Amino acid sequence: MSPRFDYHALAPEIILSATIVVVLIADFFFKERSRWQTSRIASIGVLAALVPVITLAVDGTTRSMFDGAYVVDNYAIALKGFFLLVAYVTLLLSVDYISEGDYYQGEYYFLMLTSVLGMLFMTSARDLISIFVALETISIPTFVLAGWRKHDPKSNEAAIKYYLIGVLSSAVMLYGMSFIFGLSGSTLLSDISRYAFRQGADIPLFLVAIFLTLVGFAFKVSAVPFHFWAPDTYEGSPTPVTAFLSVASKAGGFVALLTIVYFGFFFAPEGWQPILWALAAASMTIGNLTALRQTNIVRMLAYSSIAQGGFILVPLAVAADGTAARSSFEAVVIYLLIYGAMNLGAFAVVIAVARRTRSGEIDSYSGLGQTAPALATLMSVFLFSLAGLPPLAGWFAKFVMFRAVFDAGTPAAVTLGVIAAVNSVIAFFYYAAVVRRMWLHDVPEGAVMAEPTLPPALSMAIGLTAAVVLVIGIYPQLFARIGELAARG
Amino acid sequence: MNWFDESALTLAVFTPIVGMAIVLLIPKAHEQAMKVVALLTSLVTLGVGVGILSRFDFDHSARIGRFEIDTSWIDMIHSRYHMGIDGISLPLLLLSMLITTSCIIYSWNHFPAPHNPKGFLALMLLLEVGMNGTFCALDLILFFVFFELVLLPMFFMIGVWGGPRREYASIKFFLFTLFGSALMLLSFIALFFLVDVPRSVTVDHFNHTFDMVLLAKAGGRELVSSTQLLIFAGMFLGFAIKVPMFPFHTWLPDAHTEAPTVGSVLLAAILLKLGAYGFIRIALPILPEAARDWAPWIGLLAVIGIIYGALACLAQRDMKRLIAFSSVAHMGFVMLGIATLTTFGINAAVFGMVAHGLITGMLFFIAGSVQERFETRELSRLGGLLTQAPKLGWILGFCAMASLGLPGLAGFWGEFPAILSAYSPAAGISEVTFRVYMTVAAIGTVLASGYLLWMLQRVAFGTPKAEWEGTHIHDVHVSEWIAWTPLLLLIVVLGVFPNLLFRMTNPAVTHLVGGMSRVLGG
Repeated sequence: MSPRFDYHALAPEIILSATIVVVLIADFFFKERSRWQTSRIASIGVLAALVPVITLAVDGTTRSMFDGAYVVDNYAIALKGFFLLVAYVTLLLSVDYISEGDYYQGEYYFLMLTSVLGMLFMTSARDLISIFVALETISIPTFVLAGWRKHDPKSNEAAIKYYLIGVLSSAVMLYGMSFIFGLSGSTLLSDISRYAFRQGADIPLFLVAIFLTLVGFAFKVSAVPFHFWAPDTYEGSPTPVTAFLSVASKAGGFVALLTIVYFGFFFAPEGWQPILWALAAASMTIGNLTALRQTNIVRMLAYSSIAQGGFILVPLAVAADGTAARSSFEAVVIYLLIYGAMNLGAFAVVIAVARRTRSGEIDSYSGLGQTAPALATLMSVFLFSLAGLPPLAGWFAKFVMFRAVFDAGTPAAVTLGVIAAVNSVIAFFYYAAVVRRMWLHDVPEGAVMAEPTLPPALSMAIGLTAAVVLVIGIYPQLFARIGELAARG
Repeated sequence: MNWFDESALTLAVFTPIVGMAIVLLIPKAHEQAMKVVALLTSLVTLGVGVGILSRFDFDHSARIGRFEIDTSWIDMIHSRYHMGIDGISLPLLLLSMLITTSCIIYSWNHFPAPHNPKGFLALMLLLEVGMNGTFCALDLILFFVFFELVLLPMFFMIGVWGGPRREYASIKFFLFTLFGSALMLLSFIALFFLVDVPRSVTVDHFNHTFDMVLLAKAGGRELVSSTQLLIFAGMFLGFAIKVPMFPFHTWLPDAHTEAPTVGSVLLAAILLKLGAYGFIRIALPILPEAARDWAPWIGLLAVIGIIYGALACLAQRDMKRLIAFSSVAHMGFVMLGIATLTTFGINAAVFGMVAHGLITGMLFFIAGSVQERFETRELSRLGGLLTQAPKLGWILGFCAMASLGLPGLAGFWGEFPAILSAYSPAAGISEVTFRVYMTVAAIGTVLASGYLLWMLQRVAFGTPKAEWEGTHIHDVHVSEWIAWTPLLLLIVVLGVFPNLLFRMTNPAVTHLVGGMSRVLGG
């Protein structure tokens, strides 16, 4: 039987693939001066790919292809929309950065969109092989993107580190997956789930296989102790790429993790809960404690994103306890959506500030409240949201996380909840420290200020993310509904 | 007028945010326009408040009925946009609206360094949203969001426009309150998960709820008393830090001393009330048993606060710091009234809150004006205000009298009934203990007269110090007159006709205490 194609369900991927080809070819034909047009084509392609996502959402039926290896359900649709929007904002961030940096144009957008295509695949992948292929499609372009600033040794270091770790983690993950296939006889998650339900939990090798697979994912989402590549890579990469890595690519890893845990390993919690518990606790604690000591804003945000990753792992780590299965799923999805908006926003402001001060040091934020009140206000909004202060969106992300912990109710879950609570307080200190610098300190003497105007693309990126953070903070039901639908689908 | 009833509270809470958005959009150069917009916004908000007052059903002030709004908000966590007011919240809501308006008028020509009226006015309006919302919210999560919303504007107000030690003071304020509210939220979530309500009463037919009214009806009956005590303790910390009660008050003197004048006024007049209001609205009715068990301890901390605050006042050299410590003492009376768990005591507490808001708000205004004229608040450098600026001096004298509880002025009706109420606390609470508290609190009033008269004498009486010879001290400005007159009038009116307020609060308080005693009695 030949596979049946549902073109409506695949439309976002098809549109994006076409855009990728056009971007790559168009670059040959544009003259040096009009190269920036490629970014426009890329943006239009991404927005066009959103259209079928919306029609699919309106339609709402679950579409399954290739014997259930590729599924378009509410969960997939919600996250496809998320990834496309994140891609759009990242493009907005990149436009001026890339065109002013005298780098190659077309390849940048080609690589970024290819990575986004991997993310779209990931949301629908329900099979070990398609998950793996999607994950590599996400990762490989980003290895190149991380080394975009060819003449900067830091950027080279970033790319090499990221590449080596990425390959290593893929190897470990594949090794684990090969055992899973050997034991269950299938790569389909639904078969693996059936296997886990019947006997998997009693077979030690299955638990080892789960462990290896999860370690691979832990590298991808930079969970402690598999995080050490992240700060160096984040600092060395061009800042828009860092934003992309810390939001889109990280979310891609989390989606893979969520899919594989819920649709594959769920009935063998002995295999994944303890590992995820440890990863969550370590990521939050180490991420936050290290973030406290950072003097560079990008490194601070890097550690903060490791810690935020820990928060996202919390509901996942308690998912099989009590009545938490559903609320954990919702919590992860909602947290990812909110985290995407606030972290992208923070990076957008970092890029905007770096244009003025040519510096990424936290010191250079002193007195920003006087020289650029609007930027300082928005940065405060994003940082306080990351800290989880109402009425900014971050509070709801934390809230649903704690709700999952309460629903689980086991001692292990409660302990993790307490660790998360303590960490929220620690995190508050370094976020607030930046705010304090901006508003309560004076501009350092001899500070250079250049180019006070904000390019429109960057303002739009900041505006969009800020709007999400404020609206969702006041009316979280919008995202809550998406989370609920995703959990049902 | 149906549309008004339905949207009155939403208007009352969110009108300021519209004004804030407009202020933010006005270009920096047009300061006058910003001020006008901010003033109009606050006046419109106050107008909505007056409208609510005029349509308020005084005969049934216990009921939340008329202005209630209950629509969906975050269905996922079963939290609703539930707002309503009764005789307890209405006076505080009006106070918040009035004080914000006064503050905007007072700021007209007095923007503290680094000037920037845009930011200052925007923060003030945002603060009003948080304050008004807290008094209207009837859903725990909604309450929490508004309660927290107050934090940021005040942090920036102190941190950016404050005195020399503003950084320390603002961070201390922030961390204390944040710590308290984290525990408070934890208690709220625990209430949600542990209290079972009948499915038939909730809108979404779920057996857990964040609705204050429904939780108060449940009264925590099926909770084990140790759990109740723990949950109450979490809420207690959140509210007590905000009040602030001894020994959680240490952020207050620093915050007040460093805050700009209107920051101090808003802090004293409204923000402190949020904590006490939380006790009355949430902690007592939802967990009456725990409240009864904790009452002696709350009373103890309250009277320690009264005496400690008064003694600390006598040791101050800074006028603002002195008034700040007097707040600790006055809020002690309020908390003593609440701790009796009687109708009499809680009525007194609500009256005390309003009176303290008016009087201490005024005192901070005056302290700010004194500082502006003399560029110091050192009591040892001040003196003879009555000869230099007689009107300002007399207003200070008037407010000091009101503050020490002179009969015929508003302060009396907060303090005196609170002390009296301690004579016979609610059933189940040790009478002996509270009678001891009563005696101690009475001594506190003597001390209060001591420090207030001492302050008045140092600042207003005598002859001006040599260093001010030849300097012209402007008497009360027009903007000050406009900002202060309503407050001064209210201090007199409420002092002479306390029933204006008691008539509003009493049915609501009776209802609340009735609900509690039903739980305690059976």
